[in-house]
Amino acid sequence: MAKTLISIKNLKASIEGKKILKGINLEIKEGEVHAIMGPNGSGKSTLASVLAGREIYEVTNGSVTFQGKDMLSMSPEERSREGMFLAFQYPVEIPGVSITNFMKAAVEQHREHKGLEQLTPSEFLKMMQEKKDLVEIEAKLANRAVNTGFSGGEKKKNEVFQMAMLEPKFAVLDETDSGLDIDALRIVANGVNKLKNKENAFLVITHYQRLLDYIVPDVVHVLYNGKIVKTGGKELALELEEKGYDWIKKEND
Amino acid sequence: MSETSDDRIINELSNKEYEAGFVTDIETDVFEIGLNEDIIRRISEKKNEPEFMLEFRLKAFEKWKTMTEPNWANLKYEKPDFQSISYYAAPKNAAKYNSLDEVDPDLIKTFEKLGIPLEEQKILSGVAVDVVMDSVSVHTTFKKTLEEKGIIFCSISEAIQKHSDLVQKYMASVVPVGDNFYAALNSAVFTDGSFAYIPKGVRCPVELSTYFRINQANTGQFERTLIIADEGSYVSYLEGCTAPSRDENQLHAAVVEIITLKDAEVKYSTVQNWYPGDKNGKGGVYNFVTKRGICKGDNSKISWTQVETGSAVTWKYPSTILKGDNSVGEFYSVAVTNNYQQADTGTKMIHLGRNTRSTIISKGISLGHSNNSYRGLVKIAPKANNARNYSQCDSLLMGDKCGAHTFPYIESENATAIVEHEATTSKVSEDQIFYCNQRGLSTEDAVSLIVNGFAKEVLNKLPMEFAMEAQKLLSLTLENSVG
Repeated sequence: MAKTLISIKNLKASIEGKKILKGINLEIKEGEVHAIMGPNGSGKSTLASVLAGREIYEVTNGSVTFQGKDMLSMSPEERSREGMFLAFQYPVEIPGVSITNFMKAAVEQHREHKGLEQLTPSEFLKMMQEKKDLVEIEAKLANRAVNTGFSGGEKKKNEVFQMAMLEPKFAVLDETDSGLDIDALRIVANGVNKLKNKENAFLVITHYQRLLDYIVPDVVHVLYNGKIVKTGGKELALELEEKGYDWIKKEND
Repeated sequence: MSETSDDRIINELSNKEYEAGFVTDIETDVFEIGLNEDIIRRISEKKNEPEFMLEFRLKAFEKWKTMTEPNWANLKYEKPDFQSISYYAAPKNAAKYNSLDEVDPDLIKTFEKLGIPLEEQKILSGVAVDVVMDSVSVHTTFKKTLEEKGIIFCSISEAIQKHSDLVQKYMASVVPVGDNFYAALNSAVFTDGSFAYIPKGVRCPVELSTYFRINQANTGQFERTLIIADEGSYVSYLEGCTAPSRDENQLHAAVVEIITLKDAEVKYSTVQNWYPGDKNGKGGVYNFVTKRGICKGDNSKISWTQVETGSAVTWKYPSTILKGDNSVGEFYSVAVTNNYQQADTGTKMIHLGRNTRSTIISKGISLGHSNNSYRGLVKIAPKANNARNYSQCDSLLMGDKCGAHTFPYIESENATAIVEHEATTSKVSEDQIFYCNQRGLSTEDAVSLIVNGFAKEVLNKLPMEFAMEAQKLLSLTLENSVG
């Protein structure tokens, strides 16, 4: 049986005193893809931010165990080096810093953490090329400054590319489908499918079912008002698409 | 709300101590404090100067006495008391050495602490180094290689004695003795500095490099640099600085003059890392420098590149007078201010000739409680047909207690001129830092990456080995500070 990769128990979090997450329970095993759906304001993005260690959110209760370790006590960079990746909903621009330099700095930190020898410049560039091919992004993208002047689609592709470079054990995709046309959506989804294996896991946060046509989840959760109110198979996503979120709201208000 | 990471970074950055803070204990010959005609005569006498030099100094002193310190800059500091400074300090055993073995071991140690062992530098980088330590040159390397090409690279004192024709012709030809308060003071009391002459058609095979270091308590440093690039010649000149930690404010008022004749090019690069004062704004160097070049001949070029991270107060405007037709002036600057540092820096591009072009790229980075100002003047004279200027001034802020200011002045008297100015101000955001954190970078590395990215356009203009040093310096300025 597959091992549990991440275990979230009764997680509660607030921002500026306002309670957003009100007791999340979630267990994800190696090789699984989970989807979290839910109406706007239900706490989906907050969950992603809290898992990544964003300081503006205060965790008031609960625990997150990642590969047997207490993740909440780790700094954001430690979580990353331990294998947790967040594909941001709104990737930030970092002018003047090329993706190549940015990824070089990140890969170095990850390898150091794992006790691996550093790559030579040519090995690193070879890796860049392989990953670019894998996720089908344009070679020239890597010479540009991180997200600077990127279109919405380019930003999302760049997130998937970085994910390919860092080979996380557990990746959270925060509304990666938002603002994507169908072609970009397919490239992003294909990237994720290629990176998927028996040892890693994905948590796909989305508002719409559309992305789940391409990234087929094993489990679908519905988040509403800071709690997971419904869990099912991939057919749950279709049901939500058809019926909207109103019936969920009615059941739980 | 709890302390944000922005606040944390700023608080921790403020705790950064100056790394090069140490004092070398070498016996020195120091004049009593104070400034009068007698002191000037004694400086000139000590240095065995010819009569014209003494006259030059006395003329400057007379001029200086009639002048007042400028106060138009966006700087607040206690005006130095010029009568409480000693104007001469020379290592007692300041003989000329033939090899490093003869040099005072303490001096060598100082350089080693700074990470610039001369011997290694000679071998590894092929840089000829003329070291100015407390005003007197103690070491000159690679002189022979240079001599073979007819290049003169020596201390200004030596030049005054051996090449007085060149000195007499060019000194104060770009910065007149009465140009400004500090330049006048420098002209009166300068004790040493560097001199370079590149003959016609010679491309200097090495980067000429001078390391300055202020080492004597209460001793103002008044270096004088004169660089002359004869027709069709080229030289890249590097100036790098550090100073030991001091409580007293130390005054530094240098004058640098560059002359390029027809088709000549001078690239002048500076990394300035003088003691900036402690985190409460106590101590630190006052850096009041006049740097100016003239593109005298047609098709000549002067390029200034500076990375300024040190000094408590900086007042510095490396400028270029574009006299020759088709001449080119460039100014690339990164200025970082932290804690209570203040910098008012920029450039002047004076277009006199036809088809003259100038480029100004200024990157200001402000942290802590510091204030960073860009001040620039682009002047197009009536005869400067088709003159062209492009200026870009970007400011990066960290935290909400620092300031960035831009004062661009444009005076165009020729309708064919095209002058462009762009300015941006941005903040290192918590979002950017978190994004880097999420990819595995510590906050310290993230800030360093962001700042180096911001300054990249300028750092790229530095010569290779200097660029590495500058990058290290930028990171050091931000390091030990975060995370």
